[in-house]
Amino acid sequence: MTAFAIRCAGLVKRYDDVVAVDGLDLEVRRGECFGLLGPNGAGKTTTIEILEGLTEADEGDVEVLGAHWSRDGRALRERLGISLQETQLADKLTVEETLLLFRSFYRKGRDPEELLATLSLGEKRHSRVGKLSGGQRQRLAVACALAGEPELLFLDEPTTGLDPQSRRDLWEQVERFQAGGGTVLLTTHYMDEAERLCDRVAIVDHGKRIALGTPEELIAQLHATNVVEFATEPRLPEALLTALPGVSEVHADGDGWALGVRTLAETVPALLAAVDAASARLLTLATHRATLEDLFVAKTGRRLRDA
Amino acid sequence: MRRPFPALGELTLARLREFLREPEALFWVFAFPVLLALALGLAFRGKAPERIPVGVADGPGAAAIATTLGRSPALLPRVYADSTGREALRTGKISLLVEDDGGLVYRYDPTRPDARAARLEVDDALQRAAGRIDPLRPRETRSTEPGSRYIDFLVPGLLGLNLMGTGMWGLGFSIVTARTRKLLKRLAATPMRRSEYLLSQMLARLVFLVFEVAVLVGFGWLAFGVEVRGSLGALALVSLLGAASFAGLGLLVSSRTKTVEGVSGLMNLVMLPMWLLSGTFFSWERFPEAVHPFIRALPLTALNDALRAVMTEGRPLSALGLELGVLALTGTVSFLVAVRVFRWQ
Repeated sequence: MTAFAIRCAGLVKRYDDVVAVDGLDLEVRRGECFGLLGPNGAGKTTTIEILEGLTEADEGDVEVLGAHWSRDGRALRERLGISLQETQLADKLTVEETLLLFRSFYRKGRDPEELLATLSLGEKRHSRVGKLSGGQRQRLAVACALAGEPELLFLDEPTTGLDPQSRRDLWEQVERFQAGGGTVLLTTHYMDEAERLCDRVAIVDHGKRIALGTPEELIAQLHATNVVEFATEPRLPEALLTALPGVSEVHADGDGWALGVRTLAETVPALLAAVDAASARLLTLATHRATLEDLFVAKTGRRLRDA
Repeated sequence: MRRPFPALGELTLARLREFLREPEALFWVFAFPVLLALALGLAFRGKAPERIPVGVADGPGAAAIATTLGRSPALLPRVYADSTGREALRTGKISLLVEDDGGLVYRYDPTRPDARAARLEVDDALQRAAGRIDPLRPRETRSTEPGSRYIDFLVPGLLGLNLMGTGMWGLGFSIVTARTRKLLKRLAATPMRRSEYLLSQMLARLVFLVFEVAVLVGFGWLAFGVEVRGSLGALALVSLLGAASFAGLGLLVSSRTKTVEGVSGLMNLVMLPMWLLSGTFFSWERFPEAVHPFIRALPLTALNDALRAVMTEGRPLSALGLELGVLALTGTVSFLVAVRVFRWQ
């Protein structure tokens, strides 16, 4: 048994004249939760669907759980749990009926009763899928993905559109699956999700991997622990900001600036003094701990959300 | 909670449930054909033949002609002044207009069956009144017993039409909806055998079939005394083959279509010619002989003919080789092509 749940190298997928995936390499170790982080249209879904055996790559090698789609497709499907982006299960079936249907596709698997309880869907067992809330629906999608007791779980944008409580519930499920020895590959465009769940993250943009590592390693690449975002009238020149004490990065951010800083206590008073000295008026000022989003901004000059 | 059945069973069950929880679908499958049979059965029910309305243009001898025509049991004459007679003829209020411009003139549209009948009846009545003696006087026996009425012709046709419609819509809509909702893609991501999914769609279809046939045939029998002269087994087999054939065709039509609008268009394209040509409401033999081979190759023609042969003529299956062959071939070829070209995402 190889130490890797997924290995792919030189993955390329073109649609007409668009290159969706452009020479991607990935190695996901067994037992880890791996995140593909990137803006919409970065090629995350195409990549995960190639790994799931739903889309064929134009170039590159894919190995999943030591097997290859071309040779062991059906046997491989028995070992995977998949939740696609935007799948709508049949509205007219109940939760229980849907779960039994999915369970019937697998030779071995989890007890549907126990799955319903685990995913807190017990009370909803006789409800039609069409009547469920977004969070309940997503939990059912995960229950269907877990029905075959998979070794590897694929989740494509699992919490997009969910309320905060539903997102936390789902994260808990992923952690529980991982604690039971499972491997997870998920895609997301939420940095907080990647930071909370993923052991390692690959940031992708335009079908290419632009960063790889643990969330901590990636944030450390910024050489900054905090970010100061501000805007002034008139706008301060970049050279002035670079010269401020403790500033390691300066990025234009809309009408204002985003500064990567070592400590707030060192930089913020100096910044305020500089604003005063330039006779400028401070319009907005905010600070936050550095996140993967700041890394994405640093690497691409764009934010994840509007990229 | 119960243990899950094998995948084919769960898939078929899921499809059955979806259908039963869709009231609109239930209406189209069960209520609509019964309502149609009821309406048409009442419209064409067996009653005394109606008199054909004819007109006489006003003139010197008009009243006498009208009286003569009035003696015929088949005619309902009326005198029209000036141009109102031609107006009545043009708008179809009368089937024929008798004019007198020095000699008698029959004005009528020979392409209309009722007008041709009127021409014969009017001419007969006037000739006999003028002193014609017919050399032959055959007796008439009217045949309106069950088995030869319009409703007897209609019920098997409606059954065929219904099997076609429900087979194609039933499969087409559910498959294309599942495709647009990415449910097909999700299923394809499981170890489910893809042929089992397609098979389950056809199987679920065949379960409804039993009720569909029973409802329509039962209604025809109770309401209009339409009998099944052949064996019920033969009727069941023909219905089964017909339903399977159209389920296959429905599968084929929906095998690659991405939108419900798209599949609706395709369905109509396939079904409309058969609605018209396949002898549901009137015999296809009325079409020019040159197109008969084409019409007979249509699966609905084969199904209608086979159903009529069993229901009204009481013929055995062994006499229906061509019809059963057309159905079997259509179903098998469609299914095999559909499985090959089917788009899961």
